[in-house]
Amino acid sequence: MADVTFTVDGKKLTAPAGTLLIEACRKAGIEIPAFCYYPGLSLQAACRMCVVRQEKVPKLQTACTTTVAEGQVFTTDSPEIAQARKATIELLLGNHPLDCPVCDAGGECELQDMTFKYGAGESLMVDAKRHREEQQWSPAVFYDRPRCILCYRCTRVCGEGMDVWALGVQNRGVTSVISPDGGDQLDCEQCGMCIDICPVGALTSGSYRYKTRPWEMNHVSTVCTHCADGCKVTLGIRQSTNGAEIIRADNRDKSGINGDFLCAKGRFGFDFVENPERLTAPLVRNHEGKLEPTTWEHAFRVAGAKLKEIRDTRGGAAIGVIGSNRTTNEENYLLQKFARTVLRTSNIDHERTTDYVSFARAMAGHPGKSASLRDISAAPAILLIGGDPTAEHPLLAWTIRTNVRLNRARLYVANETQIKLERQAKAALRLPAGGYASLTKFLSRTDSKINDPAFRDALLAEENLVVIFGAEFRGSGVDELVNWGLSRPNVRFAYLGDYSNSRGAADMGLLPDRLPGYVPVSTHDAFADEYPGMPHTIGLNQPQMLSSAAGGSLQALLIIGANPLEIDTFDPASLKGKFVVVTDMFLTQTAAVADVVFPAASLYEKTGTVTNTYGDIQLVRKAADTPGIKPDFEILVKLAASMDTNVKSLVPFGKTGVKVDLGQSRGAQMGEADRHAIWLTAQGLEPRVSPFDPLAILDEIERLVPSYKLDRVNLFGGNDIHTEPGFVPVSALTSSGPDVVRPSHNGLFTSGTLGRYSKGIADLQRHQAEVKQEAVAG
Amino acid sequence: MTAETMSIFSPKVAARFDALVEKYPVRRSALVPMLLYAQDEIGYLSDAVIAEVAQRIGITELDVRNVATYYSMLRFKPAGKYNVQVCTNISCMLRGAYDVFEKFQEELGIGHKGVTSDGVFSLEEVECIGACCWAPAIQVNYDFHDDLTPESVSGILAQYRQKSEGQNNA
Amino acid sequence: MPRLVSHPDEVKVVSKRFGQGAANIDKYIELGGYEAIRKCLAQGPDWVIEEMKASNLRGRGGAGFPTGMKWSFVPKQSAKPKYVLINGDESEPGTCKDHLIFLHDPHSVIEGTIIAGLAIGSKMGFIYLRGEYRYLLEIMEKAVADAYAKGFLGKNIFGTDTEFQIITQSGAGAYEVGEESALMESLEGKRGVPRIKPPFPAVVGLYGGPTVINNAETIATVPHVINMGGTAFAAIGSPRNGGTRLFGISGHIERPGVYELPMGYNLKKMIYDVAGGVRGGRTLKAVVPGGSSTPVLLPEEIENLGMDFDQVGKAGSMLGSGGVVVIDDQTCIVEFALRTISFYQHESCGWCIPCREGTDWLKKSLTRFHAGFGTAKDIDNIRYLAENMMGRTFCPLGDAAAMPTLGFVKKFRKEFEDHLDGKPCPFAKHGAPELTIV
Ligand SMILES: Cc1cc2nc3c(=O)[nH]c(=O)nc-3n(C[C@H](O)[C@H](O)[C@H](O)COP(=O)(O)O)c2cc1C
Ligand code: SF4
Ligand code: FES
Repeated sequence: MADVTFTVDGKKLTAPAGTLLIEACRKAGIEIPAFCYYPGLSLQAACRMCVVRQEKVPKLQTACTTTVAEGQVFTTDSPEIAQARKATIELLLGNHPLDCPVCDAGGECELQDMTFKYGAGESLMVDAKRHREEQQWSPAVFYDRPRCILCYRCTRVCGEGMDVWALGVQNRGVTSVISPDGGDQLDCEQCGMCIDICPVGALTSGSYRYKTRPWEMNHVSTVCTHCADGCKVTLGIRQSTNGAEIIRADNRDKSGINGDFLCAKGRFGFDFVENPERLTAPLVRNHEGKLEPTTWEHAFRVAGAKLKEIRDTRGGAAIGVIGSNRTTNEENYLLQKFARTVLRTSNIDHERTTDYVSFARAMAGHPGKSASLRDISAAPAILLIGGDPTAEHPLLAWTIRTNVRLNRARLYVANETQIKLERQAKAALRLPAGGYASLTKFLSRTDSKINDPAFRDALLAEENLVVIFGAEFRGSGVDELVNWGLSRPNVRFAYLGDYSNSRGAADMGLLPDRLPGYVPVSTHDAFADEYPGMPHTIGLNQPQMLSSAAGGSLQALLIIGANPLEIDTFDPASLKGKFVVVTDMFLTQTAAVADVVFPAASLYEKTGTVTNTYGDIQLVRKAADTPGIKPDFEILVKLAASMDTNVKSLVPFGKTGVKVDLGQSRGAQMGEADRHAIWLTAQGLEPRVSPFDPLAILDEIERLVPSYKLDRVNLFGGNDIHTEPGFVPVSALTSSGPDVVRPSHNGLFTSGTLGRYSKGIADLQRHQAEVKQEAVAG
Repeated sequence: MTAETMSIFSPKVAARFDALVEKYPVRRSALVPMLLYAQDEIGYLSDAVIAEVAQRIGITELDVRNVATYYSMLRFKPAGKYNVQVCTNISCMLRGAYDVFEKFQEELGIGHKGVTSDGVFSLEEVECIGACCWAPAIQVNYDFHDDLTPESVSGILAQYRQKSEGQNNA
Repeated sequence: MPRLVSHPDEVKVVSKRFGQGAANIDKYIELGGYEAIRKCLAQGPDWVIEEMKASNLRGRGGAGFPTGMKWSFVPKQSAKPKYVLINGDESEPGTCKDHLIFLHDPHSVIEGTIIAGLAIGSKMGFIYLRGEYRYLLEIMEKAVADAYAKGFLGKNIFGTDTEFQIITQSGAGAYEVGEESALMESLEGKRGVPRIKPPFPAVVGLYGGPTVINNAETIATVPHVINMGGTAFAAIGSPRNGGTRLFGISGHIERPGVYELPMGYNLKKMIYDVAGGVRGGRTLKAVVPGGSSTPVLLPEEIENLGMDFDQVGKAGSMLGSGGVVVIDDQTCIVEFALRTISFYQHESCGWCIPCREGTDWLKKSLTRFHAGFGTAKDIDNIRYLAENMMGRTFCPLGDAAAMPTLGFVKKFRKEFEDHLDGKPCPFAKHGAPELTIV
């Protein structure tokens, strides 16, 4: 729309015609109060807080519904308007309880702030306020009607935003209430969006309520550890007697790729951190064959000595390394470097949930063809093949729905079964069983097994398309689909995997045949220089390692944050006599058979970066702290040291890669170091204070992995940075065993091994099972 | 099993509903009248009524409840067979509606929203029913009675009591 | 059965068939019915709209918007179907005129609806009656069926190639649904919450199509306008207020009833001559001129007051729905104000803060006040709150609640003060009314 010029409070403003006045004002820094208006949700004009005066219009107008046009003149701040707003607040306070001191929202309540601002502090109401008992709708959601101001944000975010429609408005007038779909129970996805969007303390969180006051928390923005979408999350942290405790998770500042979205796992699934079963001391198997708590020094000594011995006597190939889908890029990078240069083995892998290797190969040499999550949020058309994002990629589902709703994007769904996102689809193609294999042929008009020409015609008419697909496509299937898309103009791709850093694990080379950046291990170039002594042969993959450890030549396993024994139909007893070192948060099936177990930090207890499945890199910041644990990064460095490795060759601390020295070498005073840190941050440079600082290795990653071009100012500013998968010469790559790919199919309330240690998630899962059962019983 | 055999409504009302949803440009337009007719037959909007109406219109039960709870004629608990609705709004009030309402309370021994123990009558104070010029007025179910005095109350009740007994004997 | 009244000063246009069995379609035809629509079919839509404009007919639903102008706002071309929607929700306390039209002359509503449809190029009309009017709905349904049987409705009405369908609809108890956009919501099977305007119904209305919404009396008047000619109709009334209107007089009046009088008819005459004066020879204390939402008038304010939209407006009140409520000197104004606000509190849809909370607060204050526990500060608070509701609510219901309240407090402050300090209501026969409706 063409720009128009209008006047607000004497200032000339310009905005596209039809822009909502409230938005135009906010952009220009003119604050207009609002309860019911919420960007991206339908308009209500219900709270009447946003009233402004428009010249030549008799009544005050609502800025949330007024669209700007050429020549209009508005006043947004005058005694008349202030009085109108004050009166509205006074009216609200007539029935609103003044229980701010015990209200969860106290201190971050929009009603409180407005009352403060408009001075409706004097209570005019002397009559009894209406009362209603508080209700618990689910383990996650409590509703306190007296506090509810009926702004309808919750019903809209649930309906329009989530497409769940679990909240309604019942009764009429002053008896109106927000009601859940299951009578007095919520039967929904339990995302908790309604709680965070509530401007007051009417909807409160089962996990947060009455725990603390908002001002007692520090807020750390980091990345969710659960699924591969990588929502940015703000963790509310409070110092506790034994560290720092996570009290809540949200993304109220709406920064990051997910805006204010979080699913149930992101919002309530952080409590595994304080699960009492958490390991807090290293364990070493004693003479009786029992795991026994010990000191870090002793554990390192035992693990280091034995690994060194096996390497030196049997060769590195006798050791296998299994990495994690949840550890940071820096840790993953370090792990494979440790494996290759310290252990001197190529036996390194991780639990693969999708075939990123084939994807990287197919995309190689085609920059600009991979779609970030932001690209998806703005794509005019999307083809979604397979999967069920609503359950497995909640943020992707949210992004697609939002794009369809706000930008009228056209969604095409091709799936073997019906999925919920079809409700947003312009067209849905039902594939026969095994139909994914024929889909590319169908799209290229060379297949007759699928018969829906209307779907294809509509899709092929799209001039700008993002194709989203997942593990249904592997190996040559990925090539075919990508090649079909590359043969058309303006097609971009997103490939779906399952955990918070699965993509990073693959990108960082936790693979038996690939170095970081998918460089084949056989390559003798930069890596050969940087990784002196690394083996160039292809190693064992995860299933091969396990069977080799069980019955073959593998003598030792180093397993970092993974639980392969849970997923494999594998007899743990068969590992008898083999040396197993595990780092984990819990005594998993795998940790239970280990000889040495190191208690590891979770993603919420460390710093680094992770890459979501779309290739968006984000910064992870240390939020919580549990005594007795260490991040895997530090564990690896110390393990290397205990094997008499020169740590500087592993982490470029004090090596050529280090551009800055914080003064430790010169014995700088504390104050100087701090000043350096401030200056470095301002320059977008990371302060490297020790070899345990994972960011110390970022330069090296950047140097060796060309797609990880990290704009530090943005990264440290908390923004996402997109990477390209396709930087490797096409000829250099062959397929990497698609048979080792096992999608996890985690749903809304499951998260691999980790999910079961979250009480929050378990409670929600149980609640949902119960309401479903009640519904069936009638 | 067809929808009809599953219906909790009489065949006549079920058939009426079948026609009603087809009548409008949009199916959902049948919702408000359908709820009222359903209540007329079943006596109130039970969970089963809400479930069937939701299914007939093709919306969620929550959605049906959102709408149903808005309208003051719709109720979620049984009323008496004859629901006496006394208007006490201004025109009626000025002409003695409160005396009439009080008389009904006395005669029936129940108050606002009460139901007599035999289930024959219920009583309600209601807002203006559109009979202001013939005030005070009441409705018993859908029948209007106007120009009332406290003295007319027992006659009206007798009339319905008789009707009720007649039906019971028949 | 509602009693019919009559007075020599009446000019019977809309009510001329009342009491003559015109609910029967043959009787209606015999009495000149379905002539106007034939005329319109012959003359075409533009002519109809011109006649309507010339008639100065203003909406009888309350706001008094000129009907011809309203129809002319509907775009000629529209991708979506256009609709005519007849508002028979009649719920404003003091108003029962549409009741009589549905009862005695249902075909005039049908005929008017068809004419409106023809004028705006619509093929479908809806006649919405409040849920309480079940017996009237049955009469309307029968009338519609008869009209279909005669070929007056359907694919080819009156043997032409013009199509027009009518659907009757029942509400289920909600005053707010009388507001035009809430009416559309209700007809679409939703909660009766009004819509954001713009867009206005004439552009985006029912099912998203352009829609004309008229009150039942307005639409029943239309055939008469066509029959007598717009100019002749206009000539009956006062300037800019064409024709006659059905005035319902209720309350403390000797001969309550619905009288059809020319627009601009003197209110004092209406009370004393037409309706026989205050009941029992008592003294007039106040008059509510146009339904419960219109500010009260004092006896001295009605001396020379002509009952049309402009004159009543100038006198500081509104003609509204034409429901005149007469209040005698034995009435407690606080109680009256309380009963009035209770209604709006009960009927507020609850969508916006000022109306939902304002009506509740006013009701609570007045309840306490009437029970003798008021303070002088309450009087100021009531006024302050009502003033701050005015013009600030989502739809006019908030105004409808605030306006009369302000009127009572301003004009009867003394009486409010007489209730202060634990003094019992000087008028109460049996204490405070037991307001049981919540
Ligand atoms: C709260 C409220 C209630 C209303 N109730 C009615 C009603 O019951 N009947 C009616 O005809 N108009 C009612 N109206 C007026 C309608 O909104 C609308 O203006 C009218 O139906 C238009 O018809 P008219 O132009 O023929 O008067 C109401 C308006 C408001 C704000
Ligand atoms: S689980 Fe996934 S979608 Fe949910 S908050 Fe975490 S990253 Fe976001
Ligand atoms: S923000 Fe405009 S009315 Fe609520």
